[in-house]
Amino acid sequence: MRVNLVVNGRRQEADDVWEGESLLFLLRERLGLPGAKNACEQGECGSCTVRLDGVPVCACLVAAGQAEGREVLTVEGLAARHAGTPGAPTGAEEAARWRARPADSAAPLAPVQQAFLDAGAVQCGFCTPGLLVAADELLEREPSPSDADIREALSGNLCRCTGYEKIMDAVRLAAARQSEAG
Amino acid sequence: MEFLRPTSWSEALAAKAAHPEAVPLAGGTDVMVQLNFDHLRPAHLLDLGRVAELGTHERDGAQVRIGASVPYTTLIEELREELPALALAAHTVASPQIRNRGSVGGNLGTASPAGDAHPALLAAGAEVEAESVRGRRRIPIDDFYTGVKRNALAPDELIRAVRVDRATGPQQFAKVGTRNAMVIAVCAFSLALHPDRRSVRTGIGSAAPTPVRAGAAEDFLTAVLDEHRCWETGRPPPPSAAARFAQLCAEACRPIDDVRGTADYRRHAVAVLARRTLHWTWTSYGERARSTEGAA
Repeated sequence: MRVNLVVNGRRQEADDVWEGESLLFLLRERLGLPGAKNACEQGECGSCTVRLDGVPVCACLVAAGQAEGREVLTVEGLAARHAGTPGAPTGAEEAARWRARPADSAAPLAPVQQAFLDAGAVQCGFCTPGLLVAADELLEREPSPSDADIREALSGNLCRCTGYEKIMDAVRLAAARQSEAG
Repeated sequence: MEFLRPTSWSEALAAKAAHPEAVPLAGGTDVMVQLNFDHLRPAHLLDLGRVAELGTHERDGAQVRIGASVPYTTLIEELREELPALALAAHTVASPQIRNRGSVGGNLGTASPAGDAHPALLAAGAEVEAESVRGRRRIPIDDFYTGVKRNALAPDELIRAVRVDRATGPQQFAKVGTRNAMVIAVCAFSLALHPDRRSVRTGIGSAAPTPVRAGAAEDFLTAVLDEHRCWETGRPPPPSAAARFAQLCAEACRPIDDVRGTADYRRHAVAVLARRTLHWTWTSYGERARSTEGAA
């Protein structure tokens, strides 16, 4: 079947989508957006977290067909969304040309992304995209989260490297910078 | 596989009538796992995501009518006062991402003995609104669970809503697991005080082939509360009665040994949860009774 949706601010169309396919597969394998990670495929790990019409969800548990006509935000779109510019790479060819930028490049990262870098909240990086999407949504909803709020918001995202302390630091840092920036 | 995408409830019912074996898909938190792991290959998936009325809830007399697809997050944010046990249970479901998608309707459709909503529905009192092209009926929650992952729905029926009795007294829900998030219950327990009827109701999860009530325990406690005039005074039942209530709750279980816990542990834990939730609910009932007395 064909699925039409908006990903990171851009219209996308995918053909020959299998009816039992997940939104995660659609994003990674058909649209060339490998930011959302594929790990547990059962909603346990949160590494595939994206926003569906603004709501954080596990992309592995959304059928691709259910995303028809909806808006999806992936980690690839975070920086552009904060910069107010149209999305980061959203097509397979564009994604193939994409290169990681050094942190000091002119195009700014989203505040949570910069904070994760500065706080050293990234080790292997596999859980990072899901954590970034979840943390970004938390700060949008609750600009001054308590530690309990942060733990709750990130309770569906597993990290097996960091022990979470640096991740907590990063979210606190992003919140502090956000409130300074007013 | 065919992906059926009804945009209205009547279309959904017609699709289910035409394809009774079609698997309903709402939040996807159960069905997609089975698809991802090749455990399920239905001829038809019936996506209910475009049926708007399934996502709304409203007060209807003494009940709250919750559309089958209303996510747990909504129950936590909007129904904490009216349905305290169900809101507490909803808050123990998995993670924010899952609570944003998963629903009580889905929990009922799956009918796992470990589903978090079930003990709260049993304790509060509820009816499942089932519908097919043949008509609509209400199934009392006590008759809904018929076996492990089996329920009373006919093949052509869909869950339209669940109607939960609005709380008239304190309610509690407690669950045993290895951490606070992302946990399938080792066992779970819910207790609702119904001061309007001077009775109590219970619900037990993950400790029998289906979610169950502890009927003998309810009858015992209801009699004790009457005998000691607890409803009038707000004073708690005697400790020996609380212990007996807990024991009767454990005896209502028919648990198994599995990877999450042994049968013995589950019985023990249900007794502990029963005693605790009785203490919590009765403490808040006593406070309310005293403050009402003070006001009068």
